[in-house]
Amino acid sequence: MAAAPPLRPCDKVRHGHPAGDPGQYADADADRFLSTRTPLTRQRTHRLGGPDLDIDLANVRNDFPALHQQVHGRPLVYLDNAATTHKPRAVIDRVAQYYTEENASIHRGVHGLSERATDAYECARECVARFLNAAETREIIFVRGVTEAINLVACTYGRTHVGPGDEIVISEMEHHSNLVPWQILCDEKGARLRIIPITDAGELRMESYEQLLTDRTRVVAVAHVSNALGTVNPVAEIVRRAHARGIPVLVDGAQAVAHMPVDVQELGCDFYAFSGHKLFGPTGIGVLYGRERLLDKMPPYQGGGGMISFVTFERTEYSALPHKFEAGTPHVAGALGLAAAIEYVTDLGLDRVRPHERALLDYGTRALSGVPGLRFTGTAANKSGILAFLLDGVHPHDIGTILDRAGVAIRVGHHCCQPLMARLRVPATARASLALYNTRDEIDALAAALLEVREMFA
Amino acid sequence: MSVDLHALYQEVVLDHNRHPRNFRAMQGGRKAEGFNRICGDRVTVHLRVEADVIRDACFQGSGCAIVKASASLMTEHIRDLTLADAAALVERLRRTLSAPPGAPIDDLGALGALTGVRLFPIRIKCAVLPWEALLAALSARDEVVYTSPRSLDRRIP
Repeated sequence: MAAAPPLRPCDKVRHGHPAGDPGQYADADADRFLSTRTPLTRQRTHRLGGPDLDIDLANVRNDFPALHQQVHGRPLVYLDNAATTHKPRAVIDRVAQYYTEENASIHRGVHGLSERATDAYECARECVARFLNAAETREIIFVRGVTEAINLVACTYGRTHVGPGDEIVISEMEHHSNLVPWQILCDEKGARLRIIPITDAGELRMESYEQLLTDRTRVVAVAHVSNALGTVNPVAEIVRRAHARGIPVLVDGAQAVAHMPVDVQELGCDFYAFSGHKLFGPTGIGVLYGRERLLDKMPPYQGGGGMISFVTFERTEYSALPHKFEAGTPHVAGALGLAAAIEYVTDLGLDRVRPHERALLDYGTRALSGVPGLRFTGTAANKSGILAFLLDGVHPHDIGTILDRAGVAIRVGHHCCQPLMARLRVPATARASLALYNTRDEIDALAAALLEVREMFA
Repeated sequence: MSVDLHALYQEVVLDHNRHPRNFRAMQGGRKAEGFNRICGDRVTVHLRVEADVIRDACFQGSGCAIVKASASLMTEHIRDLTLADAAALVERLRRTLSAPPGAPIDDLGALGALTGVRLFPIRIKCAVLPWEALLAALSARDEVVYTSPRSLDRRIP
């Protein structure tokens, strides 16, 4: 009998689920996830819950070197996590270790380094599969990010399944990356986009969605969480209704994976995309999960090395999944860094991150409500850690500049959601977005800086 | 509040932001729109030109305080200038605003209130946007002109 294979780093990644609705946690409970970390030297006191919990948050923050710096002479308050998150030391070290010790072309070399790099890369894929609870590891395709993932689906599944007069359903809150690829496809095929409208609170109108599903609908593509509003969409229900008509569903998970456990089998979706850099991982690496049955029948996205099994000048046989969709030398360091990031958040427990961020969101909502003339955009009942707002008489860019000088980093602008801005009848909004390392002190700094803005533009 | 911020948001700028001058439409005349595709700010500049002299200037649109103040100050400043003088002024303003902080700059009179953007490189395009539109309107090109940091001489760090 063969001995059990040695435990690889990624084997420890387990998928965690909250016991119930994350929204049910009280404020005090929200901070529990921080209490499992070993106390290190305390650099800075962050008020979060009871005094014993402060130490743990300091610990988490100590894992992220970029958080500990000054901007314009003030301590950085980083609230632009929906744009990109900072990286824990474990991720930075993993990327450095790859280039220091492993660096090799994968899947082809016969030498030792290549063997190790290949093993690590495929191990990272397994890590992602477990993270999303995919049924099969070969359902995980490494891409550059969500943008490439959606373009891949539009260019392969879309091109072979969408024809003149067909329809693709997206929502009014989509990021340009889940809009433009479908628009290009529609232009090419003579198909048309149908848009699920939203309420003033920023929730999908599910009754309208139902009506948009017809026998011409070929794909439904929606965000799991809105980057501009924070709305958590009822993805399982969206999938259920589409599947009742045999329509596949793509979910843009860019704003979800760093903030809540995601189980693609539970959601039932056919495609799920996320980017590494919004999950504490490197830029330039992302994931497309696709149901094997669909991926198998899809034509390749890009041709080249790595995606073939046999080539002559007359014809080519393609590799099996997942390699069929990974032409060229992949971003190995990125994949390893992503796996390290997944291990990091899994160790911390995403089922505990969600209530922590929810408590912080509630705290922030209360704190910002005290700023005169401030109005939130996006007030969905089920919301992720995004505080998007407008300030009477002050353009978001002026808010952004003044906050920057106070060391507070937020995003201002259209958030790559120009149609949504048109729906809201605003040119731009200001957006503070939370991650697991943010604190109440930082929310207080945001509120204080907004009062300075208010004062200047009085 | 930092000294830099007070240089950017000078009282003159805040006043023109609160109460923009010549913020209205014009029938006929020359016009062009400036659009910043990064932030979505838009300014349409209207000119009434008689015998190569700007007799009236006004603007419409939406944007940040710097865009609004710049457009408002501009419409006051260019009245009664010849087309050639106005075009020369646009060049002078562009050059001045993109000069590094500390470098000697021209005295722009009332327009000097805009020079605070030199301390905020990514906001230079805001101050320049209405002037880009003016330049197009001077040639009676009724079009949308785009501004971005690349349209400036100075490299934005």
